[in-house]
Amino acid sequence: MINLTWKIGGEAGFGIMTTGHMFSKIAVKHGYKIFDYIEYPSLIRGGHNVYEVRVSDEEIYSQEKKVDFLFALNKETYDLHKEEVREGGIIVYNSDNFKLNTGEKERNVAIYSLPLSKIISDIGAQKVMENNVALGATIAILSMEINALYLIIESIFRKKGQEVIDKNKEAAKAGYEYVTKNPPDGFDHKLLPRKAEPQIIATGNEAAGMGAFVGGCQFFVAYPMTPSSALLHIMAMYGEKYGVVVKHAEDEISVMNMAIGASYAGARSMIGTAGGGFSLMVEGLGLAGITETPVVVMVGQRPGPATGMPTWTSQGDLQFVIHAAQDEFPRIVLTPGDINEVFWLTAEAFNLAEIYQTPVFILTDKYLLESHASVPVFELNQVKINRGKLISFEEGDIAENYLRYKVTEDGIPKRALPGMKKALFIANSYEHDEYGWSTEDPKERVRQVDRRARKLETFKKTISKQNVYGDTVADLSIVAWGSTKGPVLQAMKDIKGRSDKIKVNFLHITHAWPFPADCVGDFLMKAKRTMIIESNSYSQMGLLIREQTGFDIKNKYLKYDGRPFYPEDIQNKIMEVINL
Amino acid sequence: MCETHNMIQTNLYDSKSPTWCPGCGDYGIWASLRTSLNQLGWGAEKYAVVYGVGCSGNMTDFIKCHGFHSLHGRAVPNAEGIKLANHELTVICEVGDGDCYGEGGNHLLHAMRGNADIKVLVHDNRVYGLTTGQTAPTSPSGFKSKSTPQGVIELPVNPLSFAITQGASFVAQGFAGDTIYLIKLITEALSHKGFALLNILQPCVSFNKFYGYAYYKERIYRLEEDNHNPESKEEALKRVMQDETRIPLGIIYKKERPTYQDQVGVLAKGTLVKQPMNNPKEFTSLLNIFTENPL
Repeated sequence: MINLTWKIGGEAGFGIMTTGHMFSKIAVKHGYKIFDYIEYPSLIRGGHNVYEVRVSDEEIYSQEKKVDFLFALNKETYDLHKEEVREGGIIVYNSDNFKLNTGEKERNVAIYSLPLSKIISDIGAQKVMENNVALGATIAILSMEINALYLIIESIFRKKGQEVIDKNKEAAKAGYEYVTKNPPDGFDHKLLPRKAEPQIIATGNEAAGMGAFVGGCQFFVAYPMTPSSALLHIMAMYGEKYGVVVKHAEDEISVMNMAIGASYAGARSMIGTAGGGFSLMVEGLGLAGITETPVVVMVGQRPGPATGMPTWTSQGDLQFVIHAAQDEFPRIVLTPGDINEVFWLTAEAFNLAEIYQTPVFILTDKYLLESHASVPVFELNQVKINRGKLISFEEGDIAENYLRYKVTEDGIPKRALPGMKKALFIANSYEHDEYGWSTEDPKERVRQVDRRARKLETFKKTISKQNVYGDTVADLSIVAWGSTKGPVLQAMKDIKGRSDKIKVNFLHITHAWPFPADCVGDFLMKAKRTMIIESNSYSQMGLLIREQTGFDIKNKYLKYDGRPFYPEDIQNKIMEVINL
Repeated sequence: MCETHNMIQTNLYDSKSPTWCPGCGDYGIWASLRTSLNQLGWGAEKYAVVYGVGCSGNMTDFIKCHGFHSLHGRAVPNAEGIKLANHELTVICEVGDGDCYGEGGNHLLHAMRGNADIKVLVHDNRVYGLTTGQTAPTSPSGFKSKSTPQGVIELPVNPLSFAITQGASFVAQGFAGDTIYLIKLITEALSHKGFALLNILQPCVSFNKFYGYAYYKERIYRLEEDNHNPESKEEALKRVMQDETRIPLGIIYKKERPTYQDQVGVLAKGTLVKQPMNNPKEFTSLLNIFTENPL
């Protein structure tokens, strides 16, 4: 098995993000799978940025702690990350930026000095092209094909003309040739090209964007907030081409209310935000609930409360999203675990919102939204659009005695739209009767509350199963939700690689609300030992499980330092619990 | 003034009975809106009314039409969303002064900047009526109310100068006690292409007795009888910056400019809700942007 982690670090402004993303593409072009992860502070320039790409010829699910190839553009990167480099690894450093004493090489780690600035000035190129020198050098060190980088440069700069393309290629070539002439000692990892199928490389934001377009989104409105701003950018960039009206509204209150207005008028609507922005939307969420207006809400979690740690990860908003807004109304909360699930659940969220005429959440986090992973190309013919009980304009023009909030057995009434001649109704933020007229009648109130609640019961029948991974009979049963899926699966895979005797299984919750109590209860009932893993300090999913099933999961691995879970740490926890 | 029309919308009168206090200015606004809609001859499919929360918003139950009873302060963004989804609809907001100039002031500012093609009819009674008499953003300094027994410290907002300077393409003022003129102004506002703000002076007979019918009747005058040029921003501003010895009614400022929806490329193909949804297969080109082919 080939497994290699390449990590580049330096000051913001070098183009670390672009460089890292390009390396991910280069690796996929060589037929490998990738998972990448970025760390950066909430600053535009300065500060320490790190981008790591894990490359493998097998399925990989997360980043890892150890590094095989560290590219240190500045001294800080070297100081902070040199210990992460595995035996047999290499540290490439920009020797025009800082000097290393010869005594630095204590372990079996190759040190390679690359004079980035000199190489760039020798060919008369601009400083901004240094990242191509770095990638050219990386390719040579890993015995990869320089042509892969050329192809990527051509596609990035296609619109800027041949001269720009040629200059960037020249920089790449200069880095490549420097290494060819001065090959490193004591490093023999190679990423030779392999045969493979085309792969999508996407972040969670990009996968959600693709899911939204494919799922029939017609109206997208947002206010920028890390970690979901990139979703707004994607929708804005491709909206015009694919027929989506995209609006950057004045605040999150307006975002939610514009989406509700557009959806009331019949457009499939979505909004994207983070926990802080969602706080402002809570009032409007209740409006969507009582008027039974479909809306898809993506919430990207980051550590809070208030501004918290903007560029770091968290799973601290689960209970908030499940309970937000006064009183009770149905909502659906989906918690995708990887890029593939983000895509499919986002596309499906539009159907669910319209079928059940209620808000549907995609609850995710910085870790999933800003990390790239390679996945097989989504099969578009699997996408189905289902608009539920929405009536056509033809039907609405001749409807007699139409009742928007009619009490039905499954709780779901027929939905009409403004612009229809006969199917009139009031979408009313006050409690209302079947037509929509305001009412304070106790019987009408109870009928409407009960009917709205029945919609969720109807939905619940469709989500009886959640995915279980690993051994049927296990020494330890893990429960996790959302993006924690990746590190857990990676830890399970790594444990299997070490010993076949350790039996672990894992229930991953992708449908957090309405809570799949039967399925989770059943899994826990059969478990010998249990452990919950999540990114918050209260164990919010653990509390929910206890509330909904009566099971109290005693072993908890909780992390709330803003950093994602690492499979190495999860492995240690697994061993700890099993050996108790 | 009940004129006979061929296209009377019977549904407009098929509703619950109003619950406003006897003598409330809201009756005049209610009657004027329904009359205007009838005069325009619009069927129910032509428009939607978004109501804020307050005495004004209670009109929801007194008109049978496509209605959306929003939250306090949020009618404007709801209306903007409706308009972008289906720009064939005329979208009317029935809101109050506390609702629209207080709680929802930020939305109003940005809707005007964009010339969002919505018609905002503000019931301006200078007090909070439904919550039984607290100060409003339009109450004058020194105004004593349940929430300000020592008198209001702030200056009142001037919604008209705000609208003129922040991008509204139609700014007018009416009076609930002069329904004949109000019908005309509502019709003008509803027929305007672009953002229309119609501030309607509305006596609240229960909680703001000072600003009653008599107060306004002594001060109002019609701009069209006073040699006013509504195309001039400077002239419009002068009219609304005067003290209250004379209160202008009529179209204060009107200048057409492209609406928000006119400038959204996607909508050139027709209303969003009537555009056919793409076949999922048409997104192959989108997926290709994110796809890498092996060497």
